[in-house]
Amino acid sequence: MNLTPTNASSKPDSVYFYGTCLIDLLYPQAGVSAVHLLKREGVNVIYPQAQTCCGQPAWNSGYRDEALTVARAQLALFSKPIPIVVPSASCAGMIKVHYPELFNAQPDKSKALDIAERTYELTEFLTDILNINLTDLGAPVTVAVHSSCSARHEMKVADRIDILLDQLHNVTHAEPANKEECCGFGGTFAIKQPEISAAMVLEKAKAIEYTNAQRLIGQDCGCLMNIGCALEKQGHTITHQHIAKFLWDRTGGPHRDN
Amino acid sequence: MTTEFRKHIQHALTQREVQANTKNVVNRLRNHRRAALSDQADWQRLRRQSTAIRTHAVDKLPQLLELLEDKLTQNGIRVHWAETTEQANQIVLTIMQQHNASFVIKGKSMVSEEMGLNHYLKAHGIECLESDLGELIIQLANEQPSHIIVPALHKNRKQIARLFHTYFPATPYTEDINALAQSARHFLRHKFATAPVGLTGVNFMVAETGTLCLVENEGNGRMCSSVPPVHIAVSGIEKVVEHLSDVPPLLRMLTRSATGQSITTYFNMISSPRKPDEKDGPLEVHLVLLDNGRSRIYNDLELRDTLNCIRCGACMNHCPIYKHIGGHAYQTVIPGPIGTILEPQKSGLNLYGELTQVSTLCGACREVCPVSIPIPKIINRLRWEYIRQSACNIPGAGSGKKKTEAIVWKIWAWSCVHPVVYNRIGRTITNMRSLIGRILKKISAWTAVRSTPKLTKTTLHERLKALKIEDK
Repeated sequence: MNLTPTNASSKPDSVYFYGTCLIDLLYPQAGVSAVHLLKREGVNVIYPQAQTCCGQPAWNSGYRDEALTVARAQLALFSKPIPIVVPSASCAGMIKVHYPELFNAQPDKSKALDIAERTYELTEFLTDILNINLTDLGAPVTVAVHSSCSARHEMKVADRIDILLDQLHNVTHAEPANKEECCGFGGTFAIKQPEISAAMVLEKAKAIEYTNAQRLIGQDCGCLMNIGCALEKQGHTITHQHIAKFLWDRTGGPHRDN
Repeated sequence: MTTEFRKHIQHALTQREVQANTKNVVNRLRNHRRAALSDQADWQRLRRQSTAIRTHAVDKLPQLLELLEDKLTQNGIRVHWAETTEQANQIVLTIMQQHNASFVIKGKSMVSEEMGLNHYLKAHGIECLESDLGELIIQLANEQPSHIIVPALHKNRKQIARLFHTYFPATPYTEDINALAQSARHFLRHKFATAPVGLTGVNFMVAETGTLCLVENEGNGRMCSSVPPVHIAVSGIEKVVEHLSDVPPLLRMLTRSATGQSITTYFNMISSPRKPDEKDGPLEVHLVLLDNGRSRIYNDLELRDTLNCIRCGACMNHCPIYKHIGGHAYQTVIPGPIGTILEPQKSGLNLYGELTQVSTLCGACREVCPVSIPIPKIINRLRWEYIRQSACNIPGAGSGKKKTEAIVWKIWAWSCVHPVVYNRIGRTITNMRSLIGRILKKISAWTAVRSTPKLTKTTLHERLKALKIEDK
């Protein structure tokens, strides 16, 4: 584990927060919790209200013109030279890894590169940049973690969620079998290839159930929704929660709303 | 996606025994690879080197192929060029006919699968016999390989025992693996001794020395290439490397990535037919070089990386989709992630474009690829070519274009660049969340195995506005 050394001067005063469309409509508590966590660390948060979607669904489906149109609208939101924090490795990966590809032959390429450079996934930002220290105030709980493939293979930050959870002394961290394997979500894949996706998510749900965890935690709401809804449908009581909400709730969050 | 293709996948997902066998072998291969490449620094260094070697060779493909032909010819190996699989088959047939040969014994070769060689020769009255144990099993069962390294991985010991008992009635029924291998060995021994022609694939072709390298574990490749008086090797044009010194790092990477072995039991370097003072070896050695769309792939700088492949099979071993559906569901010569990018480029997006949709883009394949082929990136590119009319040279580009789908994406893009519209849609969705929940419930693709996601009452935009979070 190689953490970027941090000190007071490298901690940014302000960041942009890019909430993602899935969190906007389905898991807004995750977004709110992430903002609270950042603010508690003394970071001012800017949330451009004109943000919509990073463009990833179109990009992954081969609709590059549409992806470019949408991505370009997002570029306009981040004019200040401050970090952009994204509570999803998948959307962060879109900006950091794929914007440079998408804008490759475009006049605004340098703008895209600049924004890609400043983009961080939330758990990465909390550990590497803010060097956050967490005090666990919650009751003992066993959690299973699912790190997204974007976190693992694209952003290479899959272990940051473990680093954060390890700071919480009342949290037991169970490891599902084949934890590095994809859950079968893949955005539109789940709808376009429902049979394969079902086989994949059922195997994943089984592995998580086997850990006897009470809760499933992850850094990407797409995977969480996929596995969580599968667990629910199979009648399991394991709930799913985004890491930001989990951390905020357990570290005194709701009581110290600022 | 056409019904035909989906049907194969649906069928594959009901084959419990195949799934269990596939998962079992794939898990074992993953563990072996992990053990062999456990030193991260070592793996990274070896991977960078292997990638550099393959990239260099593919970039210089035209020159290296000319050099290879010169050197092979000097060494007495006859070189034949085939633009299509039909031409490649004809070349093999002609050589067979020149020797009045009606039987060929084969070592494992995926290019011969690509050619459909067995089928072609059979139609011309020539019998082919596979001598690789896995390929022999497949041939006896009248099936296609389901994996490029372990062609019969979808079959378990009991199934193979039954198959062997049917075809080798003299051998008593046994499930003992050694005994099964022995019965195949016994059967093949006489065939090696009497075959007029042996045919093999090639793993690496060294341009500077004119050497054909063949990697194998069973010794059957050596038998095929040294016992019969005529040896025919078939290879894709991309298998060339420039220097002899390029081979050891690639070999090291190939065996470790494929089976976790440090080295295979046999490594053959074929550099000429039998020389006058030699007592054994074939009197004639032929190399058939197959293009079949590879030079077209070479012409596109982004797609060119596809040709780096050294056919180790690590991408399929680590693919969660391959693990669930098995190799046959792909309906291609080469299955798994590499097949997903290779087959549509070779045979056309009109035939295999649907394959590009069979990926979550999870990136496990890219992670383990010993020559760093950016498979997800190429899948993404092919998805783009699949739905647009373009100047790109992949056959069947644009064949996956669907009007309604295109309109949906246009509307989606329009609403995403108009935040007012986007937020109004968000508000409408959340206002009508119980109705929309009921509609979502009807999307059986999702709800067959999952509950319906719960829409929020208040969006993040609204919540952060209420919390007076700065907007600019």
